[in-house]
Amino acid sequence: MTTFEAILLTIVTASTPLLIAAMGELVAERSGVLNLGVEGMMAMGAACSFAAAVTFDSTLLGVFTGILAGALMASLFALVVLGFAANQVGSGLALTIFGLGLSGLIGAPFVGARRDPVAPIEVPGLSDLPYFGRLFFGQDLFVYASIALTIVVALYLVRTRSGLRLRSVGENHGSAHALGLPVRRIRFLAIIFGGACAGLAGAYLALVYTRFWSPGMIAGRGWIALALVVFAAWRPAWVLVGAYIFGAATVLQLHAQAAQFGVPSQLLSAVPYLATILALLLLSLRHGRAIGAPGSLGAPFVPDR
Amino acid sequence: MFSRTIFGVLAGAAALAVAAGGAVAQPKDKVKVGFIYVGPVGDHGWSYQHDQGRLAIEKAFGDKVETTYVESVPEADSERAIEQLARTGHDLIFTTSFGFMEPTLKVAKKYPNVKFEHATGFKRAPNLSTYAAKFHEGRYIIGQIAGKMTKTGTIGYVGAFPIPEVIAGINSYFLGAQSVNPNVKLKVVWANTWYDPAKEGDAAKALLDQGVDVLAQHTDSPAPIQAAEARGKVGFGQASDMERFAPKAQLTAIVDNWSDYYVARTKAVLDGTWKSEDTWGGLASNMVVMTPYKNMPDDVKKMAQETEAAIRSGQLNPFKCPVYGQDGKEIECKGNGALSDEQVLGMNFYVKGIEDKIPQ
Repeated sequence: MTTFEAILLTIVTASTPLLIAAMGELVAERSGVLNLGVEGMMAMGAACSFAAAVTFDSTLLGVFTGILAGALMASLFALVVLGFAANQVGSGLALTIFGLGLSGLIGAPFVGARRDPVAPIEVPGLSDLPYFGRLFFGQDLFVYASIALTIVVALYLVRTRSGLRLRSVGENHGSAHALGLPVRRIRFLAIIFGGACAGLAGAYLALVYTRFWSPGMIAGRGWIALALVVFAAWRPAWVLVGAYIFGAATVLQLHAQAAQFGVPSQLLSAVPYLATILALLLLSLRHGRAIGAPGSLGAPFVPDR
Repeated sequence: MFSRTIFGVLAGAAALAVAAGGAVAQPKDKVKVGFIYVGPVGDHGWSYQHDQGRLAIEKAFGDKVETTYVESVPEADSERAIEQLARTGHDLIFTTSFGFMEPTLKVAKKYPNVKFEHATGFKRAPNLSTYAAKFHEGRYIIGQIAGKMTKTGTIGYVGAFPIPEVIAGINSYFLGAQSVNPNVKLKVVWANTWYDPAKEGDAAKALLDQGVDVLAQHTDSPAPIQAAEARGKVGFGQASDMERFAPKAQLTAIVDNWSDYYVARTKAVLDGTWKSEDTWGGLASNMVVMTPYKNMPDDVKKMAQETEAAIRSGQLNPFKCPVYGQDGKEIECKGNGALSDEQVLGMNFYVKGIEDKIPQ
């Protein structure tokens, strides 16, 4: 394996959890719900998936537990913001804090345990192609799932009736309600989907990326996923691009250090964040307004008021 | 007016009582010991080891002690947590990260009857001691092992932040490697975090991808050595024994052993003999412990054991003079045949042979 290939592979691993989590959040936000609890849901996904994987010695079971944990956390959030029309920003922050704490409790007995690497999928012949063979035909299942997820979400939002309904609820929940759309049911499902994705992203971190559990291991990736949704102007394809730009910037700055380019590492560490700000600036210059944000994003919805 | 005078008198009397209490230390029947950790106890590195020290106190004194800890305390917001412990009747408080220095000093001034101990700092007060460990002694040994074990001739180091403690560790590691392998090359990657397992792992992978085959780390999680194991390379555990994460890759680990010190200091408070001091322990005082040397040929193992014994007995100092800076100029030798403690604690230069720059 050449250095070039190795770098590409590391970038894919670094980008995948961001992509999965951001894609889930994108769907929730397109339905008009801002869930700032991504970090907490990811932490729960990581802790529960790892606990299950170790207990039952099954990565697959771990993954499903992680998804379930994320979805359960999200349902709690949904109950508060949909059922009681609570403030979404406050509730989301509370969800993050709650998730970080609870994950520490659940994960405590599993600190120090480890899992073996998840074997990548090999396609005989194709995986050994020079330069890009491993990149396209030698990843683990999560990576292919994250790409499939992007395509499915993109098609769903633009090409299906259900996706149209979800978007209209996000744009103007008052009108959607007047038209007879079940605003809260649609939002509930979107929030659950977002939580499930965050849980999956957390599972990926614990089971594939680091292969151990420790409190605080999400280390801000949930917040980056949130930023990516804004960066992508709420469009799935751009979330994919953004996630990979971010992953690439993170990994390449480490390689630049190892190669002794002589650029200060603090500056290099800031590059991904600077790139996000720059992209936001360019996007808003082009459109001249807050682009792509769903009209009802973050607004509480109370039927018939 | 009257009430203010009364209050003033009372305050004066209280201050006198405090001063008297501070001057004449008395034995105590029971002490309450508090700990402030910068990371989670479950980090399996730095904070985990401090908590092992706390457990050692409980084991040693049983009913005579009561311990509490606050974990994951952000350095910028630590004053509240420290003061909380001081206010709730703790007799002895350990604050276990460099960044807790100023807040600890501030709270120590406010609570003269409470004893404080700050790890890795340099500011002391009558009721504030400092303590640290000479991890660079262990790093010299792992440097020698790395110098012997490398096949590519390039060894790597994942650093957290370019602060003197980390830089001294890198220099000691490199000097050790150079002493057995004069042509060895060192690559350093800064993660700019103490604790982010995924990023630490990525930093390790970047080094391994660029030809490093022996990896050392000065960040807190087992991710770097685990990355080495996954690639079939070797490395060293940091702060705690990380063998279970990398049974084939861990050559040895530099373990922070705070237990003896914590037990001794608690005993001093119980006996009423506690004094403000500065402690800098190393291999000799068991504050730095090497785990068994594994996964290496017998001759390398023997060399490591001999070096460990030499450092322990004081025959060998990793920073024995002459030490040369990157520009090839000799560093002024302010200690006795070696760099002085101050020079090591404030180290802000790479030694000759490291072909990299310290990020400014």
